[in-house]
Amino acid sequence: MPRPGFVLEVDRSTPPVLIWHGEGFRLERLPADRSRVVYAPEPLAPLRDPDAAIRQALVEPIGDSAPLPELLHAGMRLTIAFDDLSLPLPPMRRPDNRQRVIEAVLEMAAAAGVDDVVLIAALGLHRRMTDAELRHALGDRIFDAFAPHGALLQHDAEDPSELVMLGKTEKGEDVEVNRRVAESDLLVYVNINLVAMDGGHKSTSTGLMSYRSVRHHHNVKTLQHSRSLMDRPNSELHSSAWRIGRFLGKHVKVFQIETTLNNDAFPSQMAFLQKREWEWDVRDRATFLATSRGLDVLSPAAKRSIFHSILAPQAMTSVQAGEVEAVHASTIEALHRQQLVDVEGQSDVVIFGLPHVGPYNVNSIMNPLLVMCMSLGYFFNFYIGKPLVRPGGVVIVSHPTPWAFHPVHHPSYIDFFEEVLSATTDPLQIEKVYEERFATDEWYRHLYRTSYAYHGVHPFYMWYWGAHALEHAGATIIVGGNRKAVRRMGFKPATTLADALEMAEDQVGRDPTITYFRCPPVMLANVH
Amino acid sequence: MSISEVRERLGPLGRLGNLRRPSSLRDLPFPLSAPTWPASVPRPPKRSTLGVNYGTEWARRYPVRLARAAWTDMLTRPLVNAVAQPSVEGLERFEAVVGPVIFAANHSSHLDTPLVLSVLPEPWRHKIVTLAAADYFFDSRLKAAYFAFALNAVPIERIKVSSDSASRAQSLIADGWNLLIFPEGGRSPDGWGQAHRGGAAWLAARTGRPIVPVHIKGTGRLLPRGAKRIYTGKTKVTFGAPIIPDLPARKLVSHLEKAIAALGDEATTDWWSARSRAAKGTTPPLTGPDASAWRRAWALGPSPKDGARRRSPADEKRWPPKP
Repeated sequence: MPRPGFVLEVDRSTPPVLIWHGEGFRLERLPADRSRVVYAPEPLAPLRDPDAAIRQALVEPIGDSAPLPELLHAGMRLTIAFDDLSLPLPPMRRPDNRQRVIEAVLEMAAAAGVDDVVLIAALGLHRRMTDAELRHALGDRIFDAFAPHGALLQHDAEDPSELVMLGKTEKGEDVEVNRRVAESDLLVYVNINLVAMDGGHKSTSTGLMSYRSVRHHHNVKTLQHSRSLMDRPNSELHSSAWRIGRFLGKHVKVFQIETTLNNDAFPSQMAFLQKREWEWDVRDRATFLATSRGLDVLSPAAKRSIFHSILAPQAMTSVQAGEVEAVHASTIEALHRQQLVDVEGQSDVVIFGLPHVGPYNVNSIMNPLLVMCMSLGYFFNFYIGKPLVRPGGVVIVSHPTPWAFHPVHHPSYIDFFEEVLSATTDPLQIEKVYEERFATDEWYRHLYRTSYAYHGVHPFYMWYWGAHALEHAGATIIVGGNRKAVRRMGFKPATTLADALEMAEDQVGRDPTITYFRCPPVMLANVH
Repeated sequence: MSISEVRERLGPLGRLGNLRRPSSLRDLPFPLSAPTWPASVPRPPKRSTLGVNYGTEWARRYPVRLARAAWTDMLTRPLVNAVAQPSVEGLERFEAVVGPVIFAANHSSHLDTPLVLSVLPEPWRHKIVTLAAADYFFDSRLKAAYFAFALNAVPIERIKVSSDSASRAQSLIADGWNLLIFPEGGRSPDGWGQAHRGGAAWLAARTGRPIVPVHIKGTGRLLPRGAKRIYTGKTKVTFGAPIIPDLPARKLVSHLEKAIAALGDEATTDWWSARSRAAKGTTPPLTGPDASAWRRAWALGPSPKDGARRRSPADEKRWPPKP
């Protein structure tokens, strides 16, 4: 029986706790009697027969939807869209959930005699996936059956000939969607819900739309009023995405398939990463010492290469299919069963240890902007109710934060960092002055469409993602980061955690209360 | 680079230099030593890895099976032949049976298991698991490892009914292993047999696999319970015809008990006399005469401690009485 999440009150006998630090980790002792550590629930048991569960979900859909076989018929245009490489994290071992689900859908489509089937990676404004990444997500059978015939596409949010403007929502939001999707008799969307922010109408209204649509929910105003991003009813971003998704649903029949994973994020050789420190046995301690000492002598590139080769043993815990909103409600329930941890009250300081990978640096570098997005965007928003840190409190982040960018994946990030952040770090000012120029820059557009680059506007979204935290927190301190890079973002650098805690006292007073959010694995703090 | 920076870079190993004189491993910093336990976290009850919880899967892996086969054939069998000088009857009675089967034997000595394993023909000998008392054979790591290796023993609860033990035995049968069970649940305390417990019959009824009754004669005199030394002498192992478990488990218990008693009768007298008495229902029970303690002890015959006298045929066990 997996144990639920747990909040440890740190006392004198608490051993040092593991804190992620990019491609590595540290053991740090937290001040006794005023610190607490939030531990994630243990991984839930996976579905015993996921393939059978998928078939059952397709023939017994939830919400107002007919079973999938009844929606399939010869002569129809069927489009299957799927989440891109930003999910799951770390990438899971094969077979990926997307492969299992899409194979089941294709079996039914083949039985119904559907010839016109196209698969689309719902990239949104993310970078294109490589063939190897597509193969990993979809499996060889699907890739070999569709890619050579041009039936495996990647959504292009900047191709005017392949986009259709369907109209505007009641709030005036443009709904410009992938042409193939708009002209399909049925859109089957296949998702992996790693965090509560994913899924539902957000899948289509972000993954299959153009910049003109995405900008309506990816902006400073919505993100400052998404409290949190992981709590849809209280998220302005989701309200906008829901309006756009419902509008799309009036034009295209959408059959949503959502899956959840357990949080078994690391292979058994690295079991210590998921264990509570006082439960480490000899093997865990030896592995920790060997791993951390070994990493110390490696170059950043070598460490990155090792960490990005980790495949998570995560396994499917639920699958639901049918009408988008009913499906998503059930998905969120399943997700909460795995991720929710009750936490009592806020603290003066919160500590986040960032791992090597986030949604936008799979097989890439976690550059300073992504550090900002991961800490103040994702980790800060892993709450329901109230943030873990009080208004005016301090966020301490542990990450090397190198002044390094992947030149192929993140070209516009380099210019954003050099040009925009050297002028201002105010999200509203950045949005007002710079966004449109980057978003419409022909060179970025070209790289996004033909290379493997994120869209020109993507670094802005990274910054906006932290807008709520920037407004809420009094200061952000990054431990062990490149001092110049940290200062460029308007944060304070610290050499050690002890230094950072001392610096935090200037902001929140002496002997502050501290919460260490020990993530990964992914969890969601239900702060009362 | 200063010394403190070097130590910092080395992490816990580097900080070792800060320690005065670690008098034991416990003085080393975590993670070089075991972590301390937070006062606010209750310690979970420690689950023993001994007794019925001892994992014996390793002993059924192929390299270990190969090593055990060599151990049994090159060490156990010659030793058993030297000490117990076994004669074997009835092997032909189960040669047509397709395994897995449950061998159920009477039990009076620690010699019983190696003796049965030594006299069993191939392929049974190397594809058999012995169900052994968890509280006795698996109470220390060394003993547990030895018996798991040498006898392919698997721990079972004999003190209380345990569904874990039952399901473990069932899964072994499902994996194709033959079982050796002593239905009396332990060695005889006084040299006579004990009433059977239901385990073997229940397993047979549950799995549908046949039971081969086995009678072991003579080991109780060579190494009885509580003996401090082992004596040499003759023993006899008699295998019976397989019992198909088409009876309810309760009836199967008594059927098996009678079958082993009949084999005991056969080992003491001859096949025809034993069959005749079995047909009349007059087979003497292995539990010995229903008499006072001294008469039961007397009926066992002279002790092997009495030196040369034990070799006299006249001093053989007097029960069942010869016709």
